[in-house]
Amino acid sequence: MAQPVSVRIPALNKDISLPTGLFINNEFVPSVDSSETLECINPSNEEVIARVVAASPKDIDRAVAAARHAFNTTWGKNCNGFQRSRLMNKLADLIERDAQELAELETLNNGKPVKVARDFDIGDSIQCIRYYAGWADKITGQTIEIEGTVKTAFTRHEPIGVCGQIIPWNYPINMMSWKIAPALATGCVIVLKPSEITPLSALKIAELVVEAGFPPGVVNIVPSLGPVGGAALAAHPDVDKVAFTGSTVTGRKIMEAAAKSNLKKVSLELGGKSPQLIFESADLDQAANWAALGICYNSGQDCTAGSRVYVQDSVYDKFMEILVSKVKATSFGDGFDDAVAGGPVVSKTQYDRVWSYIESGKAEGAKLVLGGEKRPGKGFFVDPTIFAEIRPDMKIVKEEIFGPVLSVGRFKTEEEGIKIANETTYGLGAGLHSNDASQCMRVSALLEAGSVWVNQYNLLSNNVPFGGKKQSGIGRELGSYALEEYTSVKAVHWNIGEKLEWPL
Amino acid sequence: MSTAFSHEFNTASYKGKASFNTGLFIDGKFVDGSNKTFIDVVNPTSGKVITKIAEGTSKDVDTAVEAAQRAFDTTWGLNAPGALRSRLLTKLSQLMERDQQELAALEALDNGKTFAWAMNDTSAAIETVRYYAGWADKIHGQVQETDEKKLTYTRHEPIGVVGQIIPWNFPLLMFSWKIAPALATGNTIVMKPSEFTPLTAIRMCSLIQEAGFPPGVVNVVTGYGHTVGQAMASHMKIEKIAFTGSTLTGRRIMESAAKSNLKKVTLELGGKSPNIVFNDANVDEAVAWAAHGLFWNHGQTCCAGTRIFVQSGIYDEFLKRFTEKSKQIKVGDPFAPETSQGPQVSQVQYDRIMSYIKSGKEQGAKLHLGGDRAGSEGYFIQPTIFTETKPEMKIVQEEIFGPVGVVIKFEDEEDVVRQANDTVYGLAAAVFSQDINRALTVAHKLKAGTAWVNCYNLIDANVPFGGFKQSGIGRECGEYALENYTNVKAVHVNLGIKMN
Repeated sequence: MAQPVSVRIPALNKDISLPTGLFINNEFVPSVDSSETLECINPSNEEVIARVVAASPKDIDRAVAAARHAFNTTWGKNCNGFQRSRLMNKLADLIERDAQELAELETLNNGKPVKVARDFDIGDSIQCIRYYAGWADKITGQTIEIEGTVKTAFTRHEPIGVCGQIIPWNYPINMMSWKIAPALATGCVIVLKPSEITPLSALKIAELVVEAGFPPGVVNIVPSLGPVGGAALAAHPDVDKVAFTGSTVTGRKIMEAAAKSNLKKVSLELGGKSPQLIFESADLDQAANWAALGICYNSGQDCTAGSRVYVQDSVYDKFMEILVSKVKATSFGDGFDDAVAGGPVVSKTQYDRVWSYIESGKAEGAKLVLGGEKRPGKGFFVDPTIFAEIRPDMKIVKEEIFGPVLSVGRFKTEEEGIKIANETTYGLGAGLHSNDASQCMRVSALLEAGSVWVNQYNLLSNNVPFGGKKQSGIGRELGSYALEEYTSVKAVHWNIGEKLEWPL
Repeated sequence: MSTAFSHEFNTASYKGKASFNTGLFIDGKFVDGSNKTFIDVVNPTSGKVITKIAEGTSKDVDTAVEAAQRAFDTTWGLNAPGALRSRLLTKLSQLMERDQQELAALEALDNGKTFAWAMNDTSAAIETVRYYAGWADKIHGQVQETDEKKLTYTRHEPIGVVGQIIPWNFPLLMFSWKIAPALATGNTIVMKPSEFTPLTAIRMCSLIQEAGFPPGVVNVVTGYGHTVGQAMASHMKIEKIAFTGSTLTGRRIMESAAKSNLKKVTLELGGKSPNIVFNDANVDEAVAWAAHGLFWNHGQTCCAGTRIFVQSGIYDEFLKRFTEKSKQIKVGDPFAPETSQGPQVSQVQYDRIMSYIKSGKEQGAKLHLGGDRAGSEGYFIQPTIFTETKPEMKIVQEEIFGPVGVVIKFEDEEDVVRQANDTVYGLAAAVFSQDINRALTVAHKLKAGTAWVNCYNLIDANVPFGGFKQSGIGRECGEYALENYTNVKAVHVNLGIKMN
């Protein structure tokens, strides 16, 4: 096993060849010791798209060894930023060339609409890689004045080394580019484990990594089950750093494994229960649009999903009316249907999980304002669902659902709003809607989240950092800040004339 | 009237045809000068006229400034997000790469440098444009720490319409050093290339069009320094001028800037850079680098190592090998693969250099090598070395800008550092020594914007370059160049301070 298979791309009406092996040293190879495979399902119709090789712990060893070898010979300090920049720009150009077929592959495996996959996921990914290509030849250290005539000191921002990168299934291509781009820019080598649910686009992009001209071993892609490949990377003695995006539960395990093994550096991008505050001076129509985006985009499968909306008392009824009508107009369906706004949730497991939260909301006494009815037929579709009259102790209010399920509450004063918004162990995103400039400044200063949106929600830029406070994560992605996650600072103290006397 | 230039290259180094629109490039179009006059472009290899190009006037500068201002207010400046500026610059670098050989051939034809070195220049120019493309979406300001009653932050805004005047020694490279950081930060440009070497600049205008830059973002006005250059330096609507050229002209630019609208000024001027070789240097390496330092680009380099200080212990050996090395320089046709040195760029330069050689002889220096014209056609000068000089001689004090250097014997480290720094210039310097402590200590004491240790004339797009003292103001290349083209605005937002 490990031979490429043929996958039909419906809208382009053609078949593409999809590699199914593990991508190690620029080749697609079978597992050394296992015959396990990952079955990739189309969540819109529950059919099998393809089966790919699942990496075993020994395969992870092989990938790490390939990466280490590249780091010591062709990458790391053996190449310069100008070279890395060129290769990264080439990769971005190739992804741009193949954007349509990659988008359709992404839709088949993840369910999101094709035009969203192409214009947003892939469009942003291309831009992300280009952005970091621009950083590759700009990794500078400092020179520091100590005692000018006898000593010179400076820092070198060196690549950390072999980086294990574990990414989720909600934005497969986009998450891959957020991870590989800053790592490659700084000179690191990569062992990337895509989600076992959505490994296909990563494997297809691996072909472009070869075409772009990256030396073997610089980028390795090893689809695998989390407890197998992910755990192996987190505990590996020769991996210098692990970067993980996914659930907070798994994030804890990663950090524990890192601590117990070689104290590898850890960055985590975890869950959220992000609040939006709608103040009375807000443009309610706009705020409702952003709130709808916040919970419906990507069918709610977004770490910064605006899953809690709190509306100031004085405008509650009016806002709810607008919000419900906006969300009601959002239709989910097959990603190849141009008319849909979103697709199914990604898998049976997620489907069951989201539904159990919806049932819990009903059981705990929240008021079901929209949705809450299962659809008949095939496909893991969950229609947008809104609960109102919530209490802070409800599961649907405290826990991350990761589906299009919104909890709406109310508040009287600004202080109360901020307090409820911050009442969570998470701290990934937050939004506020108000036409009072001072209020915007005050509230944005006090919201405890890594990204705060004012009169907007969920829109990111590749050059603005993103990450979590509190239990939403450690470290930042995007912007210049991501470079710090992949550089190791060495201070060089260079004696140019001081003689030591001993004993002192 | 539409003008164009066509040239068939049929040489050992390059065969191909160049054919492109010429004229002033204003608001995205090629146009005649308002006076309908032209300037001859001379091939320095033969002394013959290659073509004529449009002559710009101060009126044309006004038109260009208006176009640049319009573009800044509508399609460029902060109306064009950094990611877009980045894309266009990357596209431009790709087009330059596509047409690299043609650009190099035009450069060799127009300037006289060898085709091989012109290829080197064009590679560096491409790398520079690519490097600054990467900065375009990374122009960060700061947020400063204050208390919660106030928010303060800075914006690094583009200045607006910037004037750029470049020399004839590295026409395409200087063009890229100027336009790349200016465009990356969102400025629009009025550029005056040298009237001696306008061809690659004009060729770049077609590439700028093809890359998709909106009209008016880059404008090129060919013309003379005392008309076009002067008009730019004193223009009331140009808020910043960047000049590379002689110190003499640099003073005039700064004076005009002061007298007009106090526009910001950056200058990249001359040098008389010292190259210090200690007894413990690797002599063969030092000889090779010293030759490169002095004779690269026919000595027409602002940072040329024109004063070579050699410690007495190795002086004789160094001089012997340096002379042999210099004799190996083949002077001739820039398109012949075996040539390492072509002609000087113009009659004016030729005459100037020859008069310095004459002065060296007259003031009593020993002519050790060369000193004559090479050949009978074009502006070729033999690689020339003077020894046994005195510090006050003109050839030791003044910038010659040709393949003429002085080799000076020294004994004492402290004394040579004093002699090396005893100049109004401060562009570059070099130290050759195998003792790294001494090399670094001396390098740190030299008053120059670039200090080379055990090398010479190595320049990278990401490392700043510029002068101390009368060699200039400001830095090009690296992140530092961005400062030349940004205006810092501090924004103070009151969040709760009451005024009674």
